[in-house]
Amino acid sequence: MSSVITETAVTIQVDGQEVAVPEGATILDACDAAGVETPTICYGPTLTPVNVCRVCVVELDGSRALVPSCSRPAEEGMVVHTDSERVRHSRKMVLEFLATGVDVSQADELGQWAEHYGADPDRYVPGGETMDEPVRVQDNLYIRDYDKCVLCYRCVEACGDDAQHTYAISVAGRGFGARISTEFDVTLPDSACVYCGNCVAVCPTNALQFKTEFDLRQADDWRPEDQTVTQTVCSYCGVGCNLELHVQDNQIVKCTSPDDHDVTKGNLCIKGRFGWNYV
Amino acid sequence: MADLHFGEDQPTEAERAAIDAIVSQAEAATVVETERVVRGGRSRRRGLRHQLLPVLHSLQHEIGWISPGGLNGAAERLGVPPAEAYGVATFYELLRTTDPGHRDDVVHVCVDPACAMAGNDDLQASLEADGARVHASPCLGQCERAPALFIQGVGRPDQVPADDDEKFRLPQAGDPGLRVLRRVGVVDPTSLDSYRDHGGYEALAAAIEMGPDAVITAISDSGLSGRGGAAFPTGIKWRAVADEPGPDKHVVANCDESEPGTFKDRIVCEHDPFAVIESMTIAGLATGAPHGWIYIRGEYPRATARLEDAIAQARAAGLLGDDVAGSGQRFDIEVRRGAGAYICGEETALFNSIEGFRGEPRNKPPFPTTHGLFSQPTAINNPETLINVLDIVIDGPDAYRSVGTERSPGTRLFCLSGRVGVPGLYEVPFGTTLGELLDVAGEPTGDLSAVLLGGAAGVFVGPDALDMPLTLEDTREAGATLGSGVVMVFDDTVDMEAIVVRIAEFFRDESCGQCVPCRVGTQRQHEVLVELQSSRQPLAPQRAELIDDMALAMVDASICGLGHTAASAVRSALALGLIGNSQ
Amino acid sequence: MIFLWGSNAREAHPIFFHHVLKGIDNGARMYCVDPRYTSSAQFSDVWVGIDVGTDIALANGIGREIIHAGLANQDFIAHSTQGFEAYAASVEPFTSEAVAAICGIPAEVVVEMAHAYATADKAQILWTLGITEHHNAVDNVLSLCNLALLTGHVGRWGSGLVPLRGQNNVQGGGDMGAIPNKFPGFAGVDDPDHRARFETAYGRELNPVPGLHLTLMFEAMERGDLRALYVIGENPADSEADVLHARAQLESLDILVVQDILMTRTAEMADVVLPASVAWAESDGTVTSSERRVQRVRPAVSPPGQARHDIDILCDMAEAMGDELGPRDPEAAWDELRSLSAMHGGMAWERLEAAGGLQWPCPDEDHPGSAFLHGWLWADDLEGREPAPFSALEHEGPTEELSEEFPLRLTTGRALDSYNTGVQSGKYDSPLRFAGLDLNAHDAADLGIADGDQVRVCSPRGSVEMNARVVSSLPRGLAFTTLHHPELIDVNVLTNPDWDPKSGTAEFKAAAVRVERIATHQTAATAGASVG
Repeated sequence: MSSVITETAVTIQVDGQEVAVPEGATILDACDAAGVETPTICYGPTLTPVNVCRVCVVELDGSRALVPSCSRPAEEGMVVHTDSERVRHSRKMVLEFLATGVDVSQADELGQWAEHYGADPDRYVPGGETMDEPVRVQDNLYIRDYDKCVLCYRCVEACGDDAQHTYAISVAGRGFGARISTEFDVTLPDSACVYCGNCVAVCPTNALQFKTEFDLRQADDWRPEDQTVTQTVCSYCGVGCNLELHVQDNQIVKCTSPDDHDVTKGNLCIKGRFGWNYV
Repeated sequence: MADLHFGEDQPTEAERAAIDAIVSQAEAATVVETERVVRGGRSRRRGLRHQLLPVLHSLQHEIGWISPGGLNGAAERLGVPPAEAYGVATFYELLRTTDPGHRDDVVHVCVDPACAMAGNDDLQASLEADGARVHASPCLGQCERAPALFIQGVGRPDQVPADDDEKFRLPQAGDPGLRVLRRVGVVDPTSLDSYRDHGGYEALAAAIEMGPDAVITAISDSGLSGRGGAAFPTGIKWRAVADEPGPDKHVVANCDESEPGTFKDRIVCEHDPFAVIESMTIAGLATGAPHGWIYIRGEYPRATARLEDAIAQARAAGLLGDDVAGSGQRFDIEVRRGAGAYICGEETALFNSIEGFRGEPRNKPPFPTTHGLFSQPTAINNPETLINVLDIVIDGPDAYRSVGTERSPGTRLFCLSGRVGVPGLYEVPFGTTLGELLDVAGEPTGDLSAVLLGGAAGVFVGPDALDMPLTLEDTREAGATLGSGVVMVFDDTVDMEAIVVRIAEFFRDESCGQCVPCRVGTQRQHEVLVELQSSRQPLAPQRAELIDDMALAMVDASICGLGHTAASAVRSALALGLIGNSQ
Repeated sequence: MIFLWGSNAREAHPIFFHHVLKGIDNGARMYCVDPRYTSSAQFSDVWVGIDVGTDIALANGIGREIIHAGLANQDFIAHSTQGFEAYAASVEPFTSEAVAAICGIPAEVVVEMAHAYATADKAQILWTLGITEHHNAVDNVLSLCNLALLTGHVGRWGSGLVPLRGQNNVQGGGDMGAIPNKFPGFAGVDDPDHRARFETAYGRELNPVPGLHLTLMFEAMERGDLRALYVIGENPADSEADVLHARAQLESLDILVVQDILMTRTAEMADVVLPASVAWAESDGTVTSSERRVQRVRPAVSPPGQARHDIDILCDMAEAMGDELGPRDPEAAWDELRSLSAMHGGMAWERLEAAGGLQWPCPDEDHPGSAFLHGWLWADDLEGREPAPFSALEHEGPTEELSEEFPLRLTTGRALDSYNTGVQSGKYDSPLRFAGLDLNAHDAADLGIADGDQVRVCSPRGSVEMNARVVSSLPRGLAFTTLHHPELIDVNVLTNPDWDPKSGTAEFKAAAVRVERIATHQTAATAGASVG
């Protein structure tokens, strides 16, 4: 996160409840502190907020439009409403909008919120535009299924300024035609991609999937409920990156890294992310 | 090898030359000093990034498209990752990233309402019959002389066939009430001396005499507010920038008017460019900002040339540069061309565009006065706003307030188009009624059915609004807006459903795609209206509800003004019964 | 201010490099000293491409310039260091012009680096094997330490000397005493006080004679003094310099026992192979990272077949030899270390469970761990220690000089997607993989070699065939290959076994070679020597 959190406390009101948060904290942090759950899509704890999905919007007294809670710093005396008619409406519409054009079937959290807010993606004009992208399987490490892409920018951030500084992908095009893309949509092996998989790790909808997961899903054998997750340390260089090994049937099926670890902040390199299959 | 990875495609000689014309190899992001010393790094790359759009323009102009090799060459020269350069190139209407297969000029024909009413389809058909490469374009900013054309040259200058000084005449020429337009059509826009003969640069001298604080106080006292659409008080904006510490501050003239129906910046910049330069200079000295930028839309070749020429003359005369007019202060101006993106008129999108990023608006706060161009304090104003400053500085705020109303002092420019007597740019005092304004423009051409106020982002009003005084406060009360000063008139022969569908399509096309409410909302809104248009049925109640639901989400949850206003015209047309009835 | 010196951290330590990038984004300037224009160098403000093995000359030249420009930190030198006068005298011949001639770089860059480093508010020197895989590795390191002592860029938050460990637990091995001359906690075996402490704890007499490090072991094998070898998790049959010679020594042993997780080339040569579990994914324990951070590893999957945990194998071995090593429990082993090593004393097992672990020294359970070392240099009383010594060092180039017969310098290194001899990393399908020789375009043209041609690389020790790739990252006269694919390219047949008596490391970074084209691209492509 870009914000500097100091010890000075700021008190704001969330749904009538006074909460004190450190200076530099966001409204979202204050909602968390107040025990108010907030839907998020583009927000990631290790990423600079881009506030593009707008699902975390809240009503702020004195502000004409709703404000994104993930990026708006909490200021002394703010009065915030997270469950007003306007907030519920905009959140519902964002979830509804996404479901009209994107395959959100593997975005579990999104689905739960859509249900919570009563989103009804079926009430739109039949035959409307959708993402309509083929699955890109270009190597054996991860796949890109942009039918599932909600354009949250998280992969772009993880590939770029927020972690990896590789910039293999960007948003290309404009409006509804905007897509995450390499230059001229060249394949990943022809791009700058270094296969750190940090984009996959931050994708909220499974548009980016490890190939192992993709293959198991194709075989209808992806069983998260049967998986264990074990935290350990990478076996390669001496940096000490923490790994979370996801194991199904005594086989490692994917590898992630904890967001709250000082060294990795959720990130890995190609070796740590993919170099485990000798086990 | 990881990271800056430029693929196999190399730029051709011509592409290399096009890149060299903007940034030479010696200025490149990575300089091979000797076989054993290379200078580069991220800070150097950051410093060059703002040259990306000019380099892409150069490639587009010389080659006719941005090829993979050309993109690689540009990316390597500037140290920009190719994926990001591609993201930027694909953002703009005037840049092509697929091979057009020819090197012919591209003829852009406007398809927005004023031109639609003026028979753009016939024009397009005849051009195509003549073998021209025609491209349907959003508003080209020439609504007073619709249907509009813009010829995007390949290897030769861009052209607007209608640009002809001989034919240009301000409808109100000679009217003693003109303020902002006083010199337009009178002064020789290519001559600093002529500008001086008409009182030019007296205001700068007066401003230097007064000092920054007094200038800003006068602006505040005058009640001047922004003329780009948001009507923010100019004095407050300038004061905020002046109060920011440090020398890295900017003044930006936002000449990216792309609001359908708007053409005032074009006329002002073409016919009174020195006034834009002088007023920016005053803004620079008043706010302590040494860096001036003009961002002008890419479809305005002549205005761009005139501004560049005026800057060169002013610089040569010591009116720009390290010591402006003996003030001891530095101020200079760079001109940047947009490349066909309505959204870049939004101030923070404009900053991103100059900086070499996709023209996506930023969330506010923070505001430009503290985090503007290059995240530094920035005063950004419309040319009309800026030119008002000249009179305020010379005559004082009281004289300025002698016309207009208490809350809307001064005059206002209006862009009249459509079924109006004489389309063109008009200046009237705030408080003039809509009916009086239309009367100034002469006999109407048909039975007025509606007026689009404020452009595509504005609202339709009916004949009952003719008595409405054109002030910020009266329009706001009526649920309307003056916006950028668009007054587009429709009579009962116009197919309003087609007009409204096109407005919805315009927002769909121009949404940057960043935030969900606008990206999807503008798409779905357009789909509902197309369905309505093809059904030839009255609007079903659940569709009306959907339109309202979408509108509310776009207004409440979009990042910027584009989303906030994308449903205004549609909903006002429905409310007025212009569309949605069975036909 | 960062000197990245002899390290391609972007590829060899990618997540560490994220932190470097954060510094660069926040305005840090970086000089990258490396014979190759690496992917790390792409992020540097200035890349300085010195000749292989001329690091001491450059460091001495920078030191001399700092002294002559009056930029040395006199207070720090007076208070915290010793031996300055001798050092200053030793660097006197290293004028920037002299350094330029030795290193093959412009003289101005030497001056520029000196000023940039000395005037920085905070400065770090980061290095890896580019410094240490030389016959004078320790001197190379000391030459960089001199710069930190000269300027006081050490022992403070944000300033320091950062050697990057190449392996995930090489530090932990040292912590645990897996060094020939140290007990756990870096206590010298030849120190009677320490020895007495360990003898009490272990209840037996301990050998006071330091053991042999790997390079000395091979010499002992050659002499016939060392006849039995027990190798745990190491692949010397691929990784040693002048590997043909090393293999011959391994062949000559009376008995070779290899304990490993996979059938390495060394395991294939063994008389007995003890299949082990994968330490980081199949068993419990700790590892210590490059920044002295002790963290827990945990079993995620159960070991296959007859593979067993190292601790069980070792305890069984001991039992078979009639001894008892204590409980077969990682936590108990850890607690034993804590009881014997003060710097680990505060690292209770439960504290290590928390994400992030702890960095030693951590003497007691309330201690938060130490983010950096050598803060004592800034203490008024130096915490009772001796001032830090400068080292007067001579420049010596690589031991193997270029000749008419072997005119090219071959250096070896790492690539992002692979690790050491590829035993583990070779098993996944990396789209980035390349096995072959990198050549400068001019050299390739002179030799009539085109991109993709198959070539033979010969050194005084042997020859190896591989594909060639023409790259822009190498200056003229330098060739590069990785050590990752010994099954395809037996690169250590070529490398120079001359080693540093102080560290035991061979001069992997500098061999003299000759390159000859043997097949064109088309023929080579069907030969399939390139993987991935």
